[in-house]
Amino acid sequence: MAAVFPIKPVWDQPGSSRIPFWAYTDASLYKRELERLFYQGHWCYVGLEAEIPNPGDYKRTVIGERSVILTRAADGSVNVVENVCAHRGMQFCRERHGNKKEFVCPYHQWSYTLKGDLQGVPFRRGVKQDGKVNGGMPKEFNTADHGLNQLKVAVRGGVVFASFDHGIESLEDFLGPDMCGYFDRLFNGRKLTILGYNRQRIPGNWKLMQENIKDPYHPGLLHTWFVTYGLWRADNKSELKMDAHYRHAAMVSTRSQQAATSEVTAGVTSFKAGMEVNDKRLLDIVPEAWWKGPTAVMMTVFPSVIFQQQVNSVSTRHIQPNGTGSFDFVWTHFGFEDDTPEMTERRLIQANLFGPAGFVSADDGEVIELSQCGFEQKPNHRTVAELGGYGAENTDHMVTETLIRGMYNYWRKVMDV
Amino acid sequence: MNTLDFETWIALNRLYADYALAVDSNDWDRWVDLFVDDCDYRVQPRENHERGFPLSTLALISKGMLRDRAYGIKETLFHDPYYQRHVTGAPLVERVEGGVIVAQANYAVFRTKLSQESTVFNVGRYLDRVRATPDGLRFEQRHCVYDTEMIPNSLIYPI
Repeated sequence: MAAVFPIKPVWDQPGSSRIPFWAYTDASLYKRELERLFYQGHWCYVGLEAEIPNPGDYKRTVIGERSVILTRAADGSVNVVENVCAHRGMQFCRERHGNKKEFVCPYHQWSYTLKGDLQGVPFRRGVKQDGKVNGGMPKEFNTADHGLNQLKVAVRGGVVFASFDHGIESLEDFLGPDMCGYFDRLFNGRKLTILGYNRQRIPGNWKLMQENIKDPYHPGLLHTWFVTYGLWRADNKSELKMDAHYRHAAMVSTRSQQAATSEVTAGVTSFKAGMEVNDKRLLDIVPEAWWKGPTAVMMTVFPSVIFQQQVNSVSTRHIQPNGTGSFDFVWTHFGFEDDTPEMTERRLIQANLFGPAGFVSADDGEVIELSQCGFEQKPNHRTVAELGGYGAENTDHMVTETLIRGMYNYWRKVMDV
Repeated sequence: MNTLDFETWIALNRLYADYALAVDSNDWDRWVDLFVDDCDYRVQPRENHERGFPLSTLALISKGMLRDRAYGIKETLFHDPYYQRHVTGAPLVERVEGGVIVAQANYAVFRTKLSQESTVFNVGRYLDRVRATPDGLRFEQRHCVYDTEMIPNSLIYPI
């Protein structure tokens, strides 16, 4: 009998359809994920331009586990700097948002521009006393060498991505043409308006959140609202698409107007044939021109973010890992500058379906937590993601786990697992 | 005017206690009954409240929507079972306008999952508008503005 806790985890499963439980529990693999997925070679989500509309505005956030600050400098440029003072390493920015002319580390008052350039060092030239200059920094000390760590930044459609890796490919190449198309459908140049945040801490491995939104198998089974109201159901017209590396994906679906076919509801205990909402405003769906058809496009951009369009509810969901068994999940709901007050209200009411208390999304956090419990219990075991076969390919239906297999195909390569 | 006659003060305290009893004993019909028809119930992060962002974690804007939530809890939402326990502070009556009592109170909600210790689940402040009806005092507004920065996974039951 194999040991429950393998000393050296080896991926002995064929392909990427059977994912070892230790992929979600092993601490050294997790550090490698931070290194190779969040800190190198990938564009990570940091926020929306609409969160920092004015010069001096800033927002503190994270990439992986590293605290960073998104800023709008005096010249209007968008910057991302690491929240670590160049002097003694203090994580100096504690407010989560605000407006400042400069950043000053409280410990020794080193001051930086909003682009991260060091501008002032107290006592740099020493202090004069009795005709003599005491101390000061060495004369070779050059402020240009001691700025904050400045990240590479890409802005597209009002969405800000950043990378610690200055050698990274362009955001457009990173996303690939198909994903860029779905990205631009949602972020088509209109100014965004921030409706607000929801924050939850989910006790599960961060990859499970990516997998949740790469898994079209569960929504019509776990989520009563989706199956009963046809918002997401196995007989919906749908497409699953990935980039060339299989790391990003879009699940595209168009709501069924007809009654569900018996194949997708027979024996499905979550399907409630007679269910009617008392207040129809919860499902007051009004098609918008920019949808160009699909009523839902759920897009996973690996590793850090999910872009949600579910009928009239649009949001970004930021994945912020903290250890093998926990991540913070931050939802930013937004609207568009040309929304009528009625549309804004509609987006806010439909938000009842999503977020940590959502009629649909609350269960996702719960199943992720309980999957993690299963993984911790016997790391030598593995999942079986074999709906629709063993390979990874785009499909024109949702009765498949192809996107999860695609993600692990990519993950194995980058992680050398 | 920010004082109530003794009987109304007692009734207001009774309403708060009834509310805590309803949400701590999973009596969702009773919870719905404590609101007027055109009510407004929200659970909102303090951050959104203070920054003027309209998004709430839950925004139920009629008694019908409260019923839909009650149905969701009973029939549609999968979740790990848990108990919740409210401790509500004494109401602070701000004013009475047009027969509506405007009051607020601090609250703490503890969560206990099966086989686990009790933890602080959600803390915040109720911002209430309470109206006299033939059935007694009822909420026309209960906004739960919570300090808790991170919801521990999900929020299923009303706060």
